Amino acid sequence: MRKTFAIGIGGAAGQGVATPGDIFAKIFSRRGLHLNAYNAYQSIIRGGHTFLTIRTGPEKVTNMGDRLDLLIPLNQDAMDRHLGLLTDGAACLYNSDTIRPGMGAPGVQLCPLPVSNLADVTRNKVAQNTLAVGAGLSMTGIGFQALEQVLAEQFKKKGEAVVSENIGIARAGYDFATANFKPFGWPLPMTGNRYAVMSGNIAMAMGGAAAGVKFYCAYPMSPSTGVLHWMASHARKAGIMVRQVEDEIGVVNMAIGAAHAGVRSMCATSGGGFALMSEGLGLSAMMETPVVVIDCQRAGPSTGVPTKTEQGDLWQMLGAGFGDYPRAIAAPLDIGDCFKIIPEIFNIADRFQSPGIVLCDLLLSEGRLSVDPKDLDFGPRIDRGELITEASLASGVNGDGAYKRYKITESGISPRAIPGVPGHTHTAASDEHDEDGVLISDEFTNPTKRRAMMEKRMRKVGGIEAVVPPPVLWGPRDADVTLIGWGSTKGVIEEACEILTEQGISANQLQIRWLVPLHGDAILDILRHTRHTIIVENNYSGQFARYLRSETSFVPDGHIRKYDGEPFMPHHIVEAVKEQLGGKSKLSVPAHEILV
Amino acid sequence: MATAPAATNHVAMSDLKGKVDPDWCPGCGDFGVLAAVQKALVELQIPNHNVVTISGIGCSSNFPGFINTYGMHTLHGRALAVATGVKLANHELTVLVTGGDGDGFGIGGNHFVHGMRRNVDLLYIVMDNQIYGLTTGQTSPTSRLGMKTKSMPFGSVEAPVNPISLALAAGATFVARGFSAEQKHLTELIKQGIQHKGFSFLDVFSPCVTYNHDNTYQWFRPRVKKLEDETGYRPSDWMAAMEKSLLWGEEIPIGKFFERTDVPPLHGAEPVLDDGPLVHAGIRIPEDVTRAFVEELM
Repeated sequence: MRKTFAIGIGGAAGQGVATPGDIFAKIFSRRGLHLNAYNAYQSIIRGGHTFLTIRTGPEKVTNMGDRLDLLIPLNQDAMDRHLGLLTDGAACLYNSDTIRPGMGAPGVQLCPLPVSNLADVTRNKVAQNTLAVGAGLSMTGIGFQALEQVLAEQFKKKGEAVVSENIGIARAGYDFATANFKPFGWPLPMTGNRYAVMSGNIAMAMGGAAAGVKFYCAYPMSPSTGVLHWMASHARKAGIMVRQVEDEIGVVNMAIGAAHAGVRSMCATSGGGFALMSEGLGLSAMMETPVVVIDCQRAGPSTGVPTKTEQGDLWQMLGAGFGDYPRAIAAPLDIGDCFKIIPEIFNIADRFQSPGIVLCDLLLSEGRLSVDPKDLDFGPRIDRGELITEASLASGVNGDGAYKRYKITESGISPRAIPGVPGHTHTAASDEHDEDGVLISDEFTNPTKRRAMMEKRMRKVGGIEAVVPPPVLWGPRDADVTLIGWGSTKGVIEEACEILTEQGISANQLQIRWLVPLHGDAILDILRHTRHTIIVENNYSGQFARYLRSETSFVPDGHIRKYDGEPFMPHHIVEAVKEQLGGKSKLSVPAHEILV
Repeated sequence: MATAPAATNHVAMSDLKGKVDPDWCPGCGDFGVLAAVQKALVELQIPNHNVVTISGIGCSSNFPGFINTYGMHTLHGRALAVATGVKLANHELTVLVTGGDGDGFGIGGNHFVHGMRRNVDLLYIVMDNQIYGLTTGQTSPTSRLGMKTKSMPFGSVEAPVNPISLALAAGATFVARGFSAEQKHLTELIKQGIQHKGFSFLDVFSPCVTYNHDNTYQWFRPRVKKLEDETGYRPSDWMAAMEKSLLWGEEIPIGKFFERTDVPPLHGAEPVLDDGPLVHAGIRIPEDVTRAFVEELM
């Protein structure tokens, strides 16, 4: 089992949960440790309850895990909610001036910090947070110097006095813990690596920059807004035009306009905004103008639970827009993959002149992960497809005779001239049109031409399938159980497989990254040789299970689903697998024990 | 279809003739708008490959198919959003947006208001016939109070929108109204709208001879009065323009209501475009810049 250490910090929004979280994350990643952070919060600016989990360790950490080693409750509410989660060997650091501890389980160390004795609380409102960070570091066996450096960076803008005041407070917490609390049995190691800590939203935004996106627009909508924020703050350095638009209908159409004029163009939203975009997706496909749309799923339906995660938009993506048209839908497997998937899907969108959809979710969008900078390739392969520009025209490419924008070809792909290129004027229409762009929808509808154009566009479906690799099975071939997931559940299912194997149940994993094209035949080939299959997904109705069945007629032996807004933890899957292998159930809906 | 580069050639009316003839009803006001746009482009000598004509859906939105420029015939109400993207990706293009009153003031109302406040550099021509034509005659946002249509057979009880006042209030930097039967006047307004650096809004009375029997050529002719003929009218005076925009009935002003040139167009306000259009920018970001992006996260 992977050795990890997890910290939970809980408090009200506005109490400063994020800052200690950021400090810990920075210290861990600079120590060469991997980390995964997930913040459970609500749609409130002040108040409520937020709970940040940071899990770290020398090997890859892919999910929040099952165990908390250190709890830092910033108010009584957080103490009352979470102390019961701690087990033998864990500790709870709290402000003994304001918080009464509850009854910890045997072996749980309660660590009271006399905050007003250690710091001037009238001067520094977040002294308890800083003291707790100092104390926590001491208990994990990390030297004070690391904290001193991060604090200096954190408060640099506020001046030397603020820096030294905070370092002083942190030092007091550090020393108090050294003198009074028992350190953890596993001092956190150090490795020679250094990692970047990033959210999925930042990863997708940077992935866009790497892909050569020149136009990004959005309407703010949780949990996708982080993409807009990164794009907006880095736009001028990256040479990207970023616009905030009046609504998501405007967003997708503006993005299509920019793409049509010849640049790579991207936008992001969540389910509600995507619903407004669906007519635009069809426009992209009909005009054969490539655009990439990111959907960061949150718990629906309707406004739903804006700050909670779900994989509930799959059928919306599959059915977005009316009529049949080629599209590509990819679900990133982790935060690093959020970066990689953007250039990949742009190459497909550009080459096949069709919309590309990235199906992300809150868990990845707002979660944070340590990523090796070497895995952030800002020079990926770029395939703009058959594009006619003034430059390509000058080099003699595609310069022959009468131009037909929607020329019928074997691949279904027709060379695309962008506005401004002499000799290639044409109209791109949302109406059905002939090869030369002339409408066949109004005055002279023509069943033969309509059929030919429909078949031309749909031939691209086969082309897209040919360039996207089929999924592969991870783990031993003859395992007792095969867990099937898609997108963001990759890490937690992987860890559940490891735990099951340790407990004597061999498990393997089929994780789907490309939802369209699905490669149904390849999936069937894999699943034909399995013993017991269970589909794991973060929604109520088993959206992927229904999709897989519709494409392949495959019916799994069981399902594990969660739709309470919180992500899976490894033990949820492990226990459900055991329950199902024991024949007790075919559908498990694990309860989330952390009350947030 | 143009098969030879026209960049160095003289632009003639024949260069701008579309692949098909308009399918509008005989007598439709939109013919006059099409002719005026073609004349304006010839008079301004703008090569057709540097023009993008973008429309939504409706009778008048079939416009891009009837003129030989780059064209986009987009979704109902969305032409301005698409056009904003086109202009920002390549601001060297001349962007014309054409459509009807239902398309622009009804389903596209949100983009209309925001396009104007953004001062996107384009000319937006609304062929305003005060009726839904392609759906065979329903009330539009500019249909007069009391007008009987298939969707409001007992007469509209909803006040119409005033496009000129709305455009002035939303911050359009060029606001004008034309009449499709006044060719020379309309052509002049189109030329000015194309040359204006910013959002140019041109509402054109373009009578529907099939479904609107109230607002006909005969109804408009004695009523329209050119602002250009009025001594002392200054289009730089926003308050005067607003006051004029409220006139309706026996006397209806046409012409340039308002123009200001002191507001930069959207593409001129964004330093990202300082080095030229995005479409000509290199796809890769310099390595020192991307390295700094990653460093921030470490």
